[in-house]
Amino acid sequence: MKTMKFLSTAIFASALIFSCSSDDDSTPEPVLEEEVITTMTITLTADGQADVILQTQDLDGDGPDLPVVTVSGDLSENTMYSGSIVLLNETEDPAENITEEIEEEALEHQFFYTIGNGLNAETDYNDADSDGNPIGLDFVLSTNSVSSGSITFTLRHEPTKPNMGIEDAGGETDIEATFDIAIQ
Amino acid sequence: MRHYALLVLLFSSITTLSQNCDNTLTGKVTDIHDGQLLIGVTLTIANTEQSVQTGLDGIFTFSNLCNDTYYIQVSHPYCLTKGFKVRVYKNTNKSFKLEHHIEELNQITIEGKAYSNKSKTVLESSINKEELERFSTGTLGNALNSLSGVSSLNTGNGVVKPIINGLHSSRIVIMNNGVRMEDQRWGVEHAPNIDINSAGNLTLIKGAAALQYSGDATGGIIIVEAPKMAVKDTVFGKTSISGISNGRGISINSRITKSNLNGWYTSVQGSLKRTGDTESPNYLLSNTGVFEQNASIKFGFNRFDYGIETYYSVFKNQLGILRASHLHGAQDQVRGISSPIPLIINDFSYNIDAPRLGVTHHLGRVLGYKELGRRGKLSFQYDYQKNNRLEYDIRRGDDRNKASTDLELITHTVQSNFESNRSNTLQIKTGIIGRYQKNYPNPGTGIRRIIPDYTKYDLGAYAMFDTNISESLIMEIGGRFDYTHMNVYKFYRTSFWESRNYDTLLPEIVVEEVGNQILTQPKLNFYNSSATLGATYSFKDNYKLFFNYSLASRAPNPSELFSEGLHHSSARVELGDLRFNSEVGHKFAITLQNKNENFSFSIQPYINTINDFIVIEPVDVQETIRGNFQVWEYRQTNAQLIGVDVDASYPINEKLKLNHQFSLVKGYDRYRDEPLINMPPANFKNEIVYKNSEYNNLRISLQSAYVFRQNEFPNNNFEVYIPQTETNEIVDFSTPPNAYHLLNFNSSIDFKTSNKTALTVGLEISNLLNTSYRNYLSRLRLYADDLGRNFLLTFKLNY
Repeated sequence: MKTMKFLSTAIFASALIFSCSSDDDSTPEPVLEEEVITTMTITLTADGQADVILQTQDLDGDGPDLPVVTVSGDLSENTMYSGSIVLLNETEDPAENITEEIEEEALEHQFFYTIGNGLNAETDYNDADSDGNPIGLDFVLSTNSVSSGSITFTLRHEPTKPNMGIEDAGGETDIEATFDIAIQ
Repeated sequence: MRHYALLVLLFSSITTLSQNCDNTLTGKVTDIHDGQLLIGVTLTIANTEQSVQTGLDGIFTFSNLCNDTYYIQVSHPYCLTKGFKVRVYKNTNKSFKLEHHIEELNQITIEGKAYSNKSKTVLESSINKEELERFSTGTLGNALNSLSGVSSLNTGNGVVKPIINGLHSSRIVIMNNGVRMEDQRWGVEHAPNIDINSAGNLTLIKGAAALQYSGDATGGIIIVEAPKMAVKDTVFGKTSISGISNGRGISINSRITKSNLNGWYTSVQGSLKRTGDTESPNYLLSNTGVFEQNASIKFGFNRFDYGIETYYSVFKNQLGILRASHLHGAQDQVRGISSPIPLIINDFSYNIDAPRLGVTHHLGRVLGYKELGRRGKLSFQYDYQKNNRLEYDIRRGDDRNKASTDLELITHTVQSNFESNRSNTLQIKTGIIGRYQKNYPNPGTGIRRIIPDYTKYDLGAYAMFDTNISESLIMEIGGRFDYTHMNVYKFYRTSFWESRNYDTLLPEIVVEEVGNQILTQPKLNFYNSSATLGATYSFKDNYKLFFNYSLASRAPNPSELFSEGLHHSSARVELGDLRFNSEVGHKFAITLQNKNENFSFSIQPYINTINDFIVIEPVDVQETIRGNFQVWEYRQTNAQLIGVDVDASYPINEKLKLNHQFSLVKGYDRYRDEPLINMPPANFKNEIVYKNSEYNNLRISLQSAYVFRQNEFPNNNFEVYIPQTETNEIVDFSTPPNAYHLLNFNSSIDFKTSNKTALTVGLEISNLLNTSYRNYLSRLRLYADDLGRNFLLTFKLNY
């Protein structure tokens, strides 16, 4: 049994050595997520009209907090608004502009706009990638008569391009936000 | 038996006084079963260096012996070593009989008895070398699947994760050449990192009865052993090349072994497998290629009373995950699930693109053992493992080619085991083990760590006793205690930390606040006890009745404790709880076995009750800027699994044999009173085998596998609003697919190419009828059909 005693001592001793040597106090560095999109701001401008800003902001990404959705005001009837979309990662300081990445990889991205029932408005793309297909960061929103309803913006990664619309675009959803707006 | 032989040898040999010392001892050595002469048997006279071998005629001769009593050890690579007492008077003739059956069982002689009796009161299932070779192009999971009671959780054809009696992942312990596999096995898409070709034998123990390996195997233990080494002068090897039609791939495997009579041996093995996109009967499964490279080396020396064994293996694989299965929020899932064909089908390619996995696993061990005479056998082992797991997602910008998960897990283990043979009726096995483990998740991925930084210490000790109460009754009892300490650094999202109320419950573990994250340092301790109690009763010649109760305790794994966020590969938010305690399983298993030449069967009913069982289940749908994701939360409950495995085989005549298998398991959450998720559906396997040893070992088999539909499942479906269509849709994750029936054909034939070489040609056709089916236990079943017909042509050269 001497050997047994020796070996058991050896095992526990080596376990102790492991535990002593590795107990350094350096703490790991935090990971600041680089690809996360926290904020989408859509600015609608038209001559002689106040800008309308639609924004969704989800600062904790896939954490439990809900995205905060704001609409700055109503749209005017029978007006042509030019729209532009800005995407930010606000977990970084200063915030990282993701819009530039989307522009660089325009062939692999496309925004889609879905006008909900009741809202009398139409959208049209106002930009194109190197193949001549729309990206959707710039667009035109034309309002018709007074009404209210929702508008949904969807950003798809690696969609089929060209496509007939979101129905046959495929790809994965990178952003999806719905805003309730009114046309006065 | 080996030990008894050595005991006799080491302790009763007394140096003899020389008298008339020119006698000879001659004789032959035969097989106890069929009387066949054994060639190459080594006979050693105890306490002398005198050693001879039997020649081609099976005869040995010792000369210059005195008129005295000698103790002779008789050993043969494929037999159990035995000791004999021989009285020499003048020229003496004496013959010996050895039991020549280890070759059939293919157990490792070097390990002796320690590994041949894993548990005495649970029926073990095993897969020997010959059967394993039929799976050489597959995975460990494929081979285990051929045993009753085992199914697998699949992610395509590359990730095959064994399920034993309904349980998987951390509830299954895999011993690879005496080393407990430590890899990232918590996830559904994490298969065992073992090359099937490095194995010489697989043993399965359903349950935790083999406490010498672990106390936390609530599901079971899989024991993988390298081929045995012979103690004789020989060099042999084999090389096999297979062509795989489905995936248009090739697999090459080679092994060469050199061993010497003085006990030294070396065995080197390597394998390579490359396949491209696989096909279902109706379409290509894009991005399902596999590239696998493995190597292993084993060397050491094997003496009858001591030995050293060194083993090192490297497993490296890269595999693509079905492109169409990579989807984001609930809206994407609705599209993916409702589409009759995968959303993305590209042209055939060998490229492995994102989403993909890359795993490298290094494993090394040094084992030394020594016979301590009557006291028993002592062994000491050190092992080292390094597991690196990379997961690549579809990413954007600069991160495009960067892994989204990069984990490095390093494990050092030391252990000492002791087996006592002090008495003929009582056998004692005991040991202690210490383990240090460190997980390093690389922060350079730019994605929050899915598994945190941690260091873990384990200390364990066990003792097992088995005793022959009578000729027909064996009793076994054992206990084990394990202590686990974890020192963790974990970043929580502040919003999650507060939503869980951890800020008021656990303020003491907060280290610092960084941006919207909180760094915490949890220190966790787990004290786990496990035990086993069993009996085996033999009656009426061929019948055996096994009874076993085992108590297993498992500490929660890092995923169950620390998950907190979106798991990209499953497109859901997963939340753990760092306050979990160990789950404790009680398994009762009874087995009735009849081993008979005319009809053999075994019936194995069991009931496994697990307290504080950790399950993950959907609780909510979370709205994010990326759309809606289902939230799955880990929870502790009481679970119960009840099932039965039946095996039967019936030889119609000398050449034809029927094999049957049936497995049924039902799992319930006793707290919620609902079925557990991912329980294998009942299944039947029936096989007819034709084998003609007179005609080049021709073997032809046809197997029918019928898998029922799983009718008991928790309904985890949820409804989601799709703004683009302004409709509400059900996301159907739960509904199991229909029952299916597959036919598999297998054939092989041997050709003697020269005196020392033999060629085996094998043809296998799986899914013979090219049936379209979806497997409930496959994660990809939501998006695509399973594999279609596959032709596998193998040439194997033994030399």
